[in-house]
Amino acid sequence: MSTDEAGQGGPSAGGPGNSAEDHGGSGGNLIQLVTPAGERISHPEFDPWVQEITDENLCSLYEDMMVVRRIDVEATALQRQGELALWPPLLGQEASQIGSGRALRDDDFVFSSYRENGVAYCRGVGLTDIIRVWRGNASAGWDPYTINMATPQIIIGAQTLHATGYAMGIQNDGADSVAITYFGDGATSEGDVNEAMVFAASFQVPVVFFCQNNQWAISEPVRLQSHIQLADRATGFGIPSMRVDGNDVLAVMAATRVALDRARRGGGPTFIEAVTYRMGPHTTADDPTRYRDPNELEDWAAKDPISRVASLLERKGLFTEELQQHVHVKADAVAREMRLGCTTMPDPEPLDIFKHVYSSPNSWLDRQQDHYSRYLASFGDPAGAASEEGAR
Amino acid sequence: MTQMTFARAINAGLRKSLENDPKVILLGEDIGTLGGVFRVTDGLQKDFGKHRVVDTPLAESAIMGTAVGLAYRGYRPVVEIQFDGFIYPAFDQIVSQVAKLHYRTQGAVKMPITVRVPFGGGIGSPEHHSESPEAYFTHTSGLRVVTVSNPQDAHTVIQQAISCDDPVLYFEPKRRYHDKGEVDESIDPGSAIPMDKARVLTEGTDVTLVAYGPLVKTARDAATAATDEGISIEVIDLRSLAPVDYATVEASVRKTGRLVVTHEAGQSGGVGAEVAASITERCFYHLEAAPVRVTGFDIPYPYSKLEMHHVPGLDRILDGVDRALGRPNSLSGLEG
Repeated sequence: MSTDEAGQGGPSAGGPGNSAEDHGGSGGNLIQLVTPAGERISHPEFDPWVQEITDENLCSLYEDMMVVRRIDVEATALQRQGELALWPPLLGQEASQIGSGRALRDDDFVFSSYRENGVAYCRGVGLTDIIRVWRGNASAGWDPYTINMATPQIIIGAQTLHATGYAMGIQNDGADSVAITYFGDGATSEGDVNEAMVFAASFQVPVVFFCQNNQWAISEPVRLQSHIQLADRATGFGIPSMRVDGNDVLAVMAATRVALDRARRGGGPTFIEAVTYRMGPHTTADDPTRYRDPNELEDWAAKDPISRVASLLERKGLFTEELQQHVHVKADAVAREMRLGCTTMPDPEPLDIFKHVYSSPNSWLDRQQDHYSRYLASFGDPAGAASEEGAR
Repeated sequence: MTQMTFARAINAGLRKSLENDPKVILLGEDIGTLGGVFRVTDGLQKDFGKHRVVDTPLAESAIMGTAVGLAYRGYRPVVEIQFDGFIYPAFDQIVSQVAKLHYRTQGAVKMPITVRVPFGGGIGSPEHHSESPEAYFTHTSGLRVVTVSNPQDAHTVIQQAISCDDPVLYFEPKRRYHDKGEVDESIDPGSAIPMDKARVLTEGTDVTLVAYGPLVKTARDAATAATDEGISIEVIDLRSLAPVDYATVEASVRKTGRLVVTHEAGQSGGVGAEVAASITERCFYHLEAAPVRVTGFDIPYPYSKLEMHHVPGLDRILDGVDRALGRPNSLSGLEG
């Protein structure tokens, strides 16, 4: 009695891997369409995937990244001012998140970690909903089905399995949507991420593994996680991979489109390593000066994803006063709305803690709730009843 | 009514759920072509296809994690964990995701996942094949934990678990898989006794004996044996471990004044501890004696030559009954 009989069968089990296909194999070459200096360079393989991007689209991508950076800065400020308990900045990762997020269809489904607030913005999340969790008002900011994006996953890598399972469901349903999962370089060491790739490859399901290699897992550098490039890990699972310049919004969009297209056509999973940099701390509770060389930050600042697009727009004569003014006004408005949503968010009610543990009555919990509501009622001020100092 | 084994009764229940709801999907190791190492899923892949009865790669966390994703997509996954001792790699997905997602998303995302776990000892297996891990899960809010003790319940409760919108851990007493019993397949799970209710199996007046899963049979045998000595035992099959149906246990203890709880799992922090504490809180003044626990010891599950020293048997249960009744017993004369 043991588990030594390898499972076979199931959805498309044993289907051929397509690692030898286009864009497959080693992700050694960094895909880049725009240099850090803002020069558009041609890439015969990936150019076609962004060829319909108009000047207007380019300006729009610039706007998205500027707005998301502003959201990030504003949320960090809100944390410093005591309005948020914590915030995980995405500073520096805007191109990875906007480039991939804007490649998705509405009926695709996102399973992310806690840092993908830029992706959430692309999905159309409510600005107040982004910060609900970080203010401590809820464990999830939104209903996942309203924007087809699961709420932030805090357990590292756990969401990659959810995406893979969701993709098994898509496959069973005969749909052509895709599940995409976001995770970091640190997560690639987690068992769940590796198991997700095993399942995704075995069943050839429509899932995209989008790894933002931002070089740091809190204080641990990526070289502690892997002795090979992260994109090359996928090869061992029979999953084609790409290594893309994560600070190049066009390259990220092209690579994501390639992966999405393959998944929609029944070609199975793809692994994308977006090489980027976490310019801020892990969260507002972190102090990167304890483990990071300041020169490294300088090097990456020179490759900033937003100034890169600004340079490109400038070269094209599109970086007008009007555009900058428009983006500035938009970012300000978004920040204002988010701040207002934050400071006027109603506090949850004490008995809310008992809600939704189960979907139907539970005799244990109903009794505890009943007893606690009696306890609260015995105080004049229920808020005082839960304070550490007590209300007696 | 049909005579069938415990395993066949679960199989028939799974078949009904697969027939009644196209969103029901089975996931597990060896459950397809082989029909499961205990043959509980025998023939289901052949009849429902590889997309509904899925042989998975050998990774328990992935089985559970992909079940979460399928539930997100509107499916009702039924996961088989091959043996109790193999559930731990899936523990994080169960505790951090399956149990919490409904709460986390304020009810937006339902997790109607059933996790089938063959549990308990007595089959002469090596390590990791005979464990009783139920208390890890009864301690986890957001999960429902049920056990079954006879083929009829096995058949009905598996269907109730699958149709429940909450995640359910369904513990199957593996050493009873081959026991036969009458099963009425026409019983409507929706109108049968709900899965979170306990059942009084034999009425008695002297002591309440609470058991679940594999020890229900032992408890009934103990009650029969006790009648020879003029002791009247009320046996309760607890069935649901989370939540426990305290109303039924309490009503019995108010009548008998004495409580014995038995399970194979170790004693500390176990279901017996919770039942003893809760009943003491609820009807202390009706108790004539301290509640008694007759359980496995706080040891790793032992090697099979000695396993029946660990698993409570009929005599140990009756010794506990004697203790509850203040009759001479193995601990007579010991304080505390």
